[in-house]
Amino acid sequence: MGKAVLGISAFYHDSAAALIQDGKIIAAAQEERFTRKKHDDGFPANAIQYCLKEAGIDANSLECVVFYDKPFIKFERLLETYHAFAPKGLISFINAIPVWLKDKLFMKSVVQKQLKLIGLTSKIPILFTEHHLSHAASAFFPSPFDEAAILTIDGVGEWTTTAISHGKGNQITILKELHFPHSIGLLYSAFTYYCGFRVNSGEYKLMGLAPYGIPGSERVENFRKLIYEHLVDVRPDGSLLLNMKYFNFATGLTMCNDSKWAKLFGIPRRSEESEITQPYMDMALAIQLVTDEIVLKLAATAKQLCGCKNLVMAGGVALNCVSNGKIYEKGIFEKIWIQPAAGDAGGALGAALAAWYQYLDHERVADPDDSMQGAYLGPSFSDHEIRKLIQRSDIPNRYFPDFDDLAKHTAELINSGKVIGWFQGRMEFGPRALGNRSIIGDARNPEMQKKMNLKIKFRESFRPFAPAILEEDIAEFCPYNTKSPYMLLVMPVLAGRCHKLPADFNFGDIYSRLYFERSDVPAITHIDYSARVQTVSKSTNERFWKVISEFKKLTGYGIVINTSYNVRGEPIVGTPSDAFRCFMNTEIDYLVLNNFVFDKTELDYLKDEFAKNYQFSAD
Amino acid sequence: MEFIKELWQFLKVRKKFWLLPLIIVLLFFALIIVFTAGSAIAPFIYTIF
Repeated sequence: MGKAVLGISAFYHDSAAALIQDGKIIAAAQEERFTRKKHDDGFPANAIQYCLKEAGIDANSLECVVFYDKPFIKFERLLETYHAFAPKGLISFINAIPVWLKDKLFMKSVVQKQLKLIGLTSKIPILFTEHHLSHAASAFFPSPFDEAAILTIDGVGEWTTTAISHGKGNQITILKELHFPHSIGLLYSAFTYYCGFRVNSGEYKLMGLAPYGIPGSERVENFRKLIYEHLVDVRPDGSLLLNMKYFNFATGLTMCNDSKWAKLFGIPRRSEESEITQPYMDMALAIQLVTDEIVLKLAATAKQLCGCKNLVMAGGVALNCVSNGKIYEKGIFEKIWIQPAAGDAGGALGAALAAWYQYLDHERVADPDDSMQGAYLGPSFSDHEIRKLIQRSDIPNRYFPDFDDLAKHTAELINSGKVIGWFQGRMEFGPRALGNRSIIGDARNPEMQKKMNLKIKFRESFRPFAPAILEEDIAEFCPYNTKSPYMLLVMPVLAGRCHKLPADFNFGDIYSRLYFERSDVPAITHIDYSARVQTVSKSTNERFWKVISEFKKLTGYGIVINTSYNVRGEPIVGTPSDAFRCFMNTEIDYLVLNNFVFDKTELDYLKDEFAKNYQFSAD
Repeated sequence: MEFIKELWQFLKVRKKFWLLPLIIVLLFFALIIVFTAGSAIAPFIYTIF
């Protein structure tokens, strides 16, 4: 039995656990998938138990446990911030301090106590890595590079909000840091808040909304100018200073000063669930452009400081795949690799890897395909377990002993306009479903975006869908000849596939623009002719690859829609029974669980039974 | 005890001794909260924090 290190992220947002053994990533999972509470921030007891089970060890066999940030330094930041802004921030102080005094400051004993509950009897070392070192380690150590520049950008860790580091062999050296309150992540979150979305979960909605802004329009340009003149002072190296007169996050309970923003931008804060009008779309575009510009400057600085040809990225802002696409397009680096669990969940993995390589000084040999194993690091379920579920409710199904037959059958269903719940193998680690917990459909079908958003995901209709494309066919759909296995690069759709926009396109409302057929794969072509691409390779996910290949044989298109298997507000499904419940409560037509196929038309009589307690609060 | 040792090390390494009085006062309140939970003065403490 090899040496094992457990990494934990918890108590902020998106708790997770990851386990490495002899340097190999054995398992990683987010707690939300087990508790069914989106962005669960509690102690990841279920995720830890799963990781230990997957490794076949108990808690006493661990060499050490690593927490993904340093609570004392975070507490220092809190106290210094309140001190600096006093007497402002008293209410926020009163809200924050009890939690710290009760739990967060005593993290070591909290972790020890929780581990005891799951079977730890001996005393093992509990280590704490710096937040941005955890992100940097999650980006560099699993990457396919021996040496790389590392860019980590998020809201805030202890003090650091952005860091440029250099990774070589088994060591990471932090070269430059930007400190709180000056943060690109928090700037973007402030706009997320102002445009009526939830902070820490609505940022990707703002990113999806940005292309509805009218590029080059007077309002977008004006917003952009106002951002640079009043909100943020960006320096040539990408470092920035926020004008704290306009922000409230340091000491208040909201992200920004609403009345000052209303005066500056001339529009009030949009209330949640209200109609999204053009000024908010223009605002989303303006902040996306500013973010792109800052991230590009940071990437150039990272190149200059490290002199490396490769870049790796992590941190919440690294999930902004539009900015990532811009870095690729600029060609600052030869190769880019982004940690699929770039947010705080990935911090658990980074913490474990940082301890393994930096602290325990183990040798590192970079895996040319990366060592994330396609991010399929979560639990899987056998046919036997699925059979038990079926037998309990006597559910009609069809079993395909040969997977090739199942792949053909699924491809035929997709081609006939059906939407498939696709549940196979190990669950993905990170926010994206990459073909094991996915809903898939025909990207050529012009009705598919509307159907999937409104009748299956129950989410805002403006939101785009991502394509899963056969890795070898990427050039048929996008001009970039690169891999994007983790759906973290936005690329333009090949011009030859796109339809010309009518002259009055930008004057129409959001729905007329949304439902305009933009290309021959309209369901995955966003309004600005871009797509958030996932390339699927035979070596990392053979089953998903086979289905798309069969679809290509039928249609000539090696591409399908791939969206996460969940409804709005629900974590991505974790178990077959989660998948079945989601299937029964949406308009998904067929469910494929391993080699079992369920047809909705045969299951109407079960609808009421599975509808019980199926409600999630909007995210 | 281990916590106090680690806290002292932290202040030393970070050279943040000026935070010490603040932390002591806060920990003092924390102790009061712990020891008086359910007692007659608890409501008074909870209104402060």
